[in-house]
Amino acid sequence: MIEMTVNDRAVSVGVAETTPLLDVLRNQLDLKGSRYGCGLEQCGSCMVLVDGEPVFACSREVGTVAGRHITTIEGLGGTHPLQLAFLEEQAGQCAYCLSGIIMSAKALLDRNPAPTRDDIVAALDKHLCRCGAHPRIIRAVAKAAEALRPGASVAASAVASVVASAGASA
Amino acid sequence: MSDMLPLSIQNNRRMEKWLRFQPDRTLRLAVGKVELGQGNVTALAQIAAEELDVDLNRISVLSGDTQDAPDEGQTTSSQSIEVSGRSVRLVTAEFRARVLDRLAQRLNCSPDEISVEDGEFRRGDTPTGHDYWSFASDEDFAREIEGNTAPKPPAAYRVVGQPVPRRDLPAKVTGAAFIHDIVRPDMLHARILRQPCRGATLVSLNEAAVRRAAGGDFRIVRVGNFVALVGGDETVVQRAAAAAPMHAIWDNVPRLTPEMQEAAWLVGQSSNDRVLYDEAATATTGTTVQASYSRPYVAHASMAPSCALAEVRNGYLSVWSHTQGVYPLRAALANVLGMSPDAITVRHAHGAGCYGHNGADDVALDAAVIAREIPDHCIRVQWRREEEFGFEPLGSAMHVTARAVLDDAGKPLDWTTEIWSATHVQRPSTGGNMLTHEALPTPPPDPRPTDPAEAAGGGGTRNGLPLYDFAKKRILHHLVLRPPTRTSALRGLGALTNVFALECFMDELAERAGIDPVDYRLSLLSDPRARRLIENVAERCGWASRGPAGSGRGVGLGWARYKNKAAYAAVAVELEVDQEVRVRRAWCASDAGLVINPDGARNQLEGGIVQAISMTLKEQMRLDVDGRTSVDWEHYPILKFSEVPEISTEIVHAPDLPTLGMGECTFGPTAAAIGNAVAHALGTRIRDMPLTRGRIAAALLA
Repeated sequence: MIEMTVNDRAVSVGVAETTPLLDVLRNQLDLKGSRYGCGLEQCGSCMVLVDGEPVFACSREVGTVAGRHITTIEGLGGTHPLQLAFLEEQAGQCAYCLSGIIMSAKALLDRNPAPTRDDIVAALDKHLCRCGAHPRIIRAVAKAAEALRPGASVAASAVASVVASAGASA
Repeated sequence: MSDMLPLSIQNNRRMEKWLRFQPDRTLRLAVGKVELGQGNVTALAQIAAEELDVDLNRISVLSGDTQDAPDEGQTTSSQSIEVSGRSVRLVTAEFRARVLDRLAQRLNCSPDEISVEDGEFRRGDTPTGHDYWSFASDEDFAREIEGNTAPKPPAAYRVVGQPVPRRDLPAKVTGAAFIHDIVRPDMLHARILRQPCRGATLVSLNEAAVRRAAGGDFRIVRVGNFVALVGGDETVVQRAAAAAPMHAIWDNVPRLTPEMQEAAWLVGQSSNDRVLYDEAATATTGTTVQASYSRPYVAHASMAPSCALAEVRNGYLSVWSHTQGVYPLRAALANVLGMSPDAITVRHAHGAGCYGHNGADDVALDAAVIAREIPDHCIRVQWRREEEFGFEPLGSAMHVTARAVLDDAGKPLDWTTEIWSATHVQRPSTGGNMLTHEALPTPPPDPRPTDPAEAAGGGGTRNGLPLYDFAKKRILHHLVLRPPTRTSALRGLGALTNVFALECFMDELAERAGIDPVDYRLSLLSDPRARRLIENVAERCGWASRGPAGSGRGVGLGWARYKNKAAYAAVAVELEVDQEVRVRRAWCASDAGLVINPDGARNQLEGGIVQAISMTLKEQMRLDVDGRTSVDWEHYPILKFSEVPEISTEIVHAPDLPTLGMGECTFGPTAAAIGNAVAHALGTRIRDMPLTRGRIAAALLA
């Protein structure tokens, strides 16, 4: 049995240590929000957090995350400021890539509450989006950062400029 | 009247196919068009809410279901709002009128005295005590839809024209939402050992080696040259599938040659040839100039490899698919499997964006074939990444020569667009074969390539005819019969390459004539809607101060009216060329007539621009002797976050004009704008997509 903490819940799964973490999340734990895109660490659809760091679940063997804290999109609960900001900005088309992108964005905002546009782009550059929702996604992450930051009035103007430069909304 | 009705109504004249008022005070709208990430289902709900005056939140939409939803064919060609939207508007307007007429008789008043507020009927300021749920009766559903009730005037719209959030997005940013996530009783996972190509025969499969690699139990299903690996543990079948190609020996695999991957190879191949529009050339003594442009084979490259579920219970086949058309897929499955369509249900479930005909239909047949071999289980087939890249139909390579006979002022008297391309639509419903059909013991005959009719926008010829005021213009179309790889519909069909060719050639002609490219276009273009958009983006991009050519920084512009009859779009880009092209900013103006959901429309404009930048700068499916080699994201790179420009879109509103499909309208103009901006930046022109580092170097050295 492999024991770990998934979305703040202790779980143990009886699978081979070499089983991909993504398969365990989807098929053993019924957490379908982490998605298969390539199995090659090339697209980011499967991104989850392991002890707060973004990890490609498609290729990570579950044995290597025993005893660690895994966070998936389900762990954000549905009303996380990032999820709300993505809905407010309608930051997606097919949205297959979004759960992974939101997890990388969460890791970014957890360590950098006031990211610049370049910071956001750098954090998301390992993710692919085929629909071309990138400008909206960048805006949504900037907006979530603003929402998460308590009363940072100086930084708010910087965020406004990030939002503006991420693409026109007019 | 009926011949004036949209096809969607002609084929579905019964009211209950569309509308159902449910006991919980909701309304179910059923449509045949499906959500592919483009937001059409939300827009259709807006139209119904508007005409019925029912709160949008009370409307649920069933889309794509051969049991319960109307047959509206395929969800393609930017037709959801143009055709299905018009149908939903007529259906709901008529239903409202029927109900209100009856109520007016009951109340002995004029229908004009009755208003509707969130489904409740009021006479003046007084509630009548009636609403759709209590008052709509069998009588209202009984008569066929006539389609002759006048809908609301646009000036009265309260829901249509508003930026309504997509209804499917919340689930997609929280957890399970896609076909890939469906779990059914008795479900088995399956992967396919693909027949490398049509006609290939499996000589041997080292099953023991595959089982060793898999490390668990699974079953091998073999029907002819179709081989599936099926089991309860997805990890095991995935490992089996990864190993199987190395342990399979195939016969009859034709060899390709590397030059086949280039568009230039198409010229001179066996083709169906025709001349369209002005057949006879003008007798003219002007100067003839020409240039050739191209795009290679490109992939849809959906983020999710295709997936389907199928189960056979008591001889009845149920299929879940992210197909673009549940009814056409059902017909195709019935045909291949020798079943009655009445014994098959196909239900749409959400997939990743497809942008055309990808592996969706093919994987549904995979699942159905396995389900017939293993009844009473739900068979879930998940294609692998290399399978999607390796076997999805591609957008055809195209070679396009633009040729003009010029007058003394350098303006075209006569224009020819000569197009070499394989087919752009090869669906199972239009003469194409599903992959696995070709592997079954009785494979179908060779497909006979065709393209959509010109009235439907054409295929390889799409947007090949310039809309400028030339005295004579024509298309020479060479439909190449035997391309080296399977091709079918990909966003825009021929439009990307044709608009690239036409609009780049216009810049070249302008330069030759010594006239500013915007002025040159406007001097040859009388359509006021097009002129307005060109002037709009020229103003916003600072065209007048774009500076001289050859500075390394370029500004370029292109426009088109999609299919020459749908939405208009003009796009300008600013870019820098060093070793590579970096698009810094893009400006777009679009006129799509009445826009139902402006934010959804803008999302489509933006996405089309990003995807077109990606195709124009980066994308090419490579072929070698064994077939496709660009089968992962490293070898088929697409535009990344760090390469996406700032995008500014503007919708030029024309609410009193009919809605024009706009999901594909920015595609060609973006490619053309890049081609022209790169020429401006370099002072020399690159005419072959993708505009890569190698081509830039070659152009500068030439």
